[in-house]
Amino acid sequence: MKYRYANWQEYSKYIADDHYYYARSCIRQNFFPGSEKAFLDILRNDLGMDITEDPRHTTCTGIGYHSDVVPLETTMAIVARQFALMTECGYENYVASCITSFGIYSEVLDMWHHFPELEAKARENLFKATGREFHKPKILVHTSDLMFHVREKIAEKGVRRLVNAATGEPLKVVDHIGCHYAKVFPKKGIGGAEFPYVLAGMVEAWGGQSVDYPERRHCCGFGFRNYLVQANRGYSIANSKKKFESMAPYQPDFIVSNCPGCAMFLDRWQFTLNAMTGSNYAIPSLTYEEMAGLVMGIDPWDLGLQMHQVPVEPLLDKLGVQYDPAAKYLGKNGKFIGQPVAPAIYNPAAL
Amino acid sequence: MGKYFDELMQDHRFREGLNACMNCGACTAVCPAAEYYNYDPRQIVDDVQARDDESIEALMKSDTIWYCGECMSCRPRCPRGNTPAYVIQALRKLSQKYGFFTESEKGRQQYALGKVLGGNMMELGYCVHPTRVAPRMHPEQGPVWAWVHEHDDDVFARFTENYKKQGPGPARAIDPESMAEFRRIFDVSGGTEFLDNIERHSLKKAEELGMTPEEYMEYVYTYNSGTHTL
Repeated sequence: MKYRYANWQEYSKYIADDHYYYARSCIRQNFFPGSEKAFLDILRNDLGMDITEDPRHTTCTGIGYHSDVVPLETTMAIVARQFALMTECGYENYVASCITSFGIYSEVLDMWHHFPELEAKARENLFKATGREFHKPKILVHTSDLMFHVREKIAEKGVRRLVNAATGEPLKVVDHIGCHYAKVFPKKGIGGAEFPYVLAGMVEAWGGQSVDYPERRHCCGFGFRNYLVQANRGYSIANSKKKFESMAPYQPDFIVSNCPGCAMFLDRWQFTLNAMTGSNYAIPSLTYEEMAGLVMGIDPWDLGLQMHQVPVEPLLDKLGVQYDPAAKYLGKNGKFIGQPVAPAIYNPAAL
Repeated sequence: MGKYFDELMQDHRFREGLNACMNCGACTAVCPAAEYYNYDPRQIVDDVQARDDESIEALMKSDTIWYCGECMSCRPRCPRGNTPAYVIQALRKLSQKYGFFTESEKGRQQYALGKVLGGNMMELGYCVHPTRVAPRMHPEQGPVWAWVHEHDDDVFARFTENYKKQGPGPARAIDPESMAEFRRIFDVSGGTEFLDNIERHSLKKAEELGMTPEEYMEYVYTYNSGTHTL
């Protein structure tokens, strides 16, 4: 048994090249529906991969489990149903869009290995409730693992690199790795908890500069009940504040996260901090699918960048992206649907 | 002496989370909750491994066990392979079993979590859904989210044909048979009873406090005594 790991390569893992069953994320499809679309479009249409989507799957219950309102036995049986659907679709490789789901699936498989009676109980509960049976996945990865795996292919097919179009200098990128990707089972994540590389690998492959800021490994502050209950949100914003203060001196061009919740919080809390403290944070906070989509030349509004609170236009201008500012807030087929009010006059109490 | 500890040992999560703690404090040093709240996971693990029932019951009735964000930052840091967050999960489960959670301000919030997350899951099959993130409850989401929330059908139409409809895609309606299976899994695996138990104890506490369920919900969701941080 190895005592100490020295670099990110030692936290590598086998990632199958193709044929995946795809499970969506509650939070990512809620706040970043364009990211999940871009992931499927790039891998299926541009790289010709077989990624199947099954509308029958549900939440894994992860947010409920980590808010302590769903018992482990229930989560295990719901996970068992997702695996049954994968089995019925004829797949052995499972790719999860959510970081907490990835952590949940990893934990469940590990517990079933150590406590076979829990697997037997999950199988019994599933059969009793649904009549379904399942095989466990041979490969379990997060969507960021898969995009990391194909990063060189994306670099080859991309229409631009992560460089300042005017100066040719690489853009400075700060990353944030979801805690449940890196800290639950570090050996199941690229680079583990110590040498986060799953996003930095994409940034470097696509021409950007990854900046290793001091609080890179700190939690974004979601903390489940600490965000979900309004009375506790001080915890949540305090953690994000710590990260912004740590990354700001490096003057990053954007933040990239692999966790759906983190990408959203690192976007929204900049607005809230500015309103609370008079700060002027304006660092675009992207998902890695959005970062890949910009490299591949997808229109920013088809990526869903209009759903971000922090304006992305300064980043698009640096990258030399051609976009129609007037189309930002239009609905499908150019339908006008109004636009958000300015942050300075926003009054949620009046809603 | 040791009744609660023995019960905790029945929980697989607890058995995975606590081997033997040497009180080094690495978990507290790295813990985001310990940095914000008056909270010390090292102390909690030490109290629990002492197997003192009185002390464990006091923990289960306190705000203390509800501060953890379950980020698992403690997990890769412990030199003895403990996971204090797993110990917390087991304490929270036992606290809810016995109804002790209604004795503390932070514990009482389980009512809001059960109603919101339980409602989202049982009605929609998701923990979170665009229609349920109301700007009034989430002022921090900002004006862009308020615009998305107001025009959700049109905004989502750019990304999917199936928003709130059956078929593949984000925020789709999950088909009735899948929803029925989802609910039956909750029934047979103890999930429904777990949520019902939270509600039973919470409504009893609401009655004690002279509140309607609606008033109690508003209270637990918004009240902060301001006594929790360092």
